[in-house]
Amino acid sequence: MKLLIKGGTVVDPAARRMYRADVLVEGDRVTAVDKRLAGGDARVFDAGGKLVFPGLIDMHVHLREPGQEYKETIATGTRAAVRGGFTAVAAMPNTKPVADTPAVIRYVLEKAREAGLARVYPVGALTRGSRGEELSEIGELKAAGAVAFSDDGRPVAGAGMMRRAMEYARMLGVPVISHCEEPSLAAGGVMHEGLVATTLGLRGIPAAAEEVMVARDLILAEMTGCHLHVAHVSTAGAVRLIREAKARGVRVTAEATPHHFTLTDRAVADYDTLAKVNPPLRSDADVAAVREGLGDGTIDVIATDHAPHASHEKNVEFDLAAFGLVGLETAVGLVFTELVADNVLDVPAAVAKMSLNPARILGLQAGIIEPGAAADITVFDPEAEEVVDPALLAGKSKNTPFGGYRLKGVVYAAVVGGRVHLRDR
Amino acid sequence: MQAKHLLGLAELSAADIEEILNNAVPMKQVISRDIKKVPTLRGKSVVMLFYEPSTRTRVSFELAGKYLSADTVNVTTGLSSVSKGESLFDTAKTVQALGADLVVLRHPSAGASHLLARLIDVPVVNAGDGMHEHPTQALLDLFTIRERKGSIKGGKVVIIGDVLHSRVARSNIWALTRFGADLHLVAPPTLLPAGIEQTGVTVHHRPEEALVDSDVVMVLRLQRERQRQGLIPGVEEYAKLYGLNAERLNLARPDAVVMHPGPINRGVEIADEVADGTRAVITDQVTNGVAVRMAVLYLLALGRMN
Ligand SMILES: [Zn+2]
Repeated sequence: MKLLIKGGTVVDPAARRMYRADVLVEGDRVTAVDKRLAGGDARVFDAGGKLVFPGLIDMHVHLREPGQEYKETIATGTRAAVRGGFTAVAAMPNTKPVADTPAVIRYVLEKAREAGLARVYPVGALTRGSRGEELSEIGELKAAGAVAFSDDGRPVAGAGMMRRAMEYARMLGVPVISHCEEPSLAAGGVMHEGLVATTLGLRGIPAAAEEVMVARDLILAEMTGCHLHVAHVSTAGAVRLIREAKARGVRVTAEATPHHFTLTDRAVADYDTLAKVNPPLRSDADVAAVREGLGDGTIDVIATDHAPHASHEKNVEFDLAAFGLVGLETAVGLVFTELVADNVLDVPAAVAKMSLNPARILGLQAGIIEPGAAADITVFDPEAEEVVDPALLAGKSKNTPFGGYRLKGVVYAAVVGGRVHLRDR
Repeated sequence: MQAKHLLGLAELSAADIEEILNNAVPMKQVISRDIKKVPTLRGKSVVMLFYEPSTRTRVSFELAGKYLSADTVNVTTGLSSVSKGESLFDTAKTVQALGADLVVLRHPSAGASHLLARLIDVPVVNAGDGMHEHPTQALLDLFTIRERKGSIKGGKVVIIGDVLHSRVARSNIWALTRFGADLHLVAPPTLLPAGIEQTGVTVHHRPEEALVDSDVVMVLRLQRERQRQGLIPGVEEYAKLYGLNAERLNLARPDAVVMHPGPINRGVEIADEVADGTRAVITDQVTNGVAVRMAVLYLLALGRMN
């Protein structure tokens, strides 16, 4: 099986450049990248006018399987991933049961293989049951295929537990991904604390809830030497703390989501539960700070925190509605519409935050198109436009707040290990 | 009235508020008659969905409906059975199918009346939703202030108490600032919601500072659980620092009126001497509540017919 991706502009995030070249794929590998390649008997894929990225990686998704298949399955979640241009995803461990045993890790990997769509890299639970009381078997989980460790959604409340977890993770050379939220400050909150919450009569989650734990985890990362990755940064204070820690040489990386660089707490007005998410959508100043952090490199990664929920979990009183929104199929369009078009990021920098940087953080051989690399490639049409229609999403759940948004730039195809997944339209 | 529902005063136009207050005047005359009944809503049914116990508000709406000759039906649901939102969703469908002409909703979740209004094709009256709004309470407060003071514009109104948890305070803040009152809030920082100073009010922590030359003093109920939640050191200290007593009230104008949405915690947020004193208009508020709710039911039913 040979495939020639012809006439596109290849983006190289490592060299921060773009160049016109054809890409030849044989089997599951890239075998040549050059001008005017002769493909011989290869199937020719016309990429004229399109951008050719190293396969995009979303390092923060919730695939819900095992346990909550009514929201999403590994098959439907990875179908959403390839439709959104992601050739790989990292799956968070808050499944039922929690991914705190090698059996769950192997189950996730097996289901991903069966689905045959995007690659799935499991994230193991940092503590047993993500209860924050005892370490999970981090070594065994790593051996089974876990690439990082996190109690996402149930932050480790005790600083002492977090310290031990980081020390142990450092020994094994795996990153700890922290959902930073001090429970006693966030208690009962359902949206960002501020005038909008006050007007709606909803309990707020102050920015300080995130910042207190970011500060704690940065101090512990400095103490232990562990690689800390801060998930879904949402506040100006958190961006500043991470920037200062990086300048000091702390081993920290960070991610931001498209919704946190696009929407503010005003999206919640009229009690729109589709905009209920944790961490919450914040103020204009926070959105500006997240964008600035993306622009100056404080924030390394764009990840979606794809969090599918069934409609009956959203079509209820705001207090009772589930936190989270689906992001896999709108992320790349939002990055180009909100960040590239606004000159927050140039194309190679934007692509780096969705390929090379997450690959480096997770220790994956990915993020560059060169002979010998795995044939994971995303083809993107920067000139095409689309209006988001939730009903057309490939994932099982449709809980996006971006319905009706006009996005500039549309994913054209995702190639995973040489297999082409063309986006239907 | 332009609005199809009464969900909150933040989103209700000044013209609609005026219309409700103007219509409450003849309604109050009905209440003062021997035979308190007009045929205005004969044959119409008002369903009252109460997901939170509130005898005062429920009785007030019920009487308002009865004085207008509507058929009123109470559906009181214990909190335990509302653990999941399906029940509001399903109850809404049932209410619609039963042919209700108006629904009055009291609910512990902010925004519940917005959700109900989206689910059914019947006018919804918000009778209190979480910490969001209690619009008919603020409307009756406006009505009472007008009755006593002639106008709201330029008057100095002081609200003392737990603004953080108070839907009554929120509804009053939107309405009073819209009608040009000089509005002052008094509470410890732990009982003030974030960003409230951006709403055109003046915030104080000491009542003495705010009460000087005030025309209207509204006192909010203090729930004893605020102590357990770590928001105040104790009820005694609160009473000492914030309770409205005669001495503090003397700082207000001689003709100032004292209001309270009830039920009263005597000796906590308000002293007996003030609650039972000549400047208190707390019982007027109760009567005016029925008149204002009659006006609301009438105007929403009328809007639906047209
Ligand atoms: Zn999280």
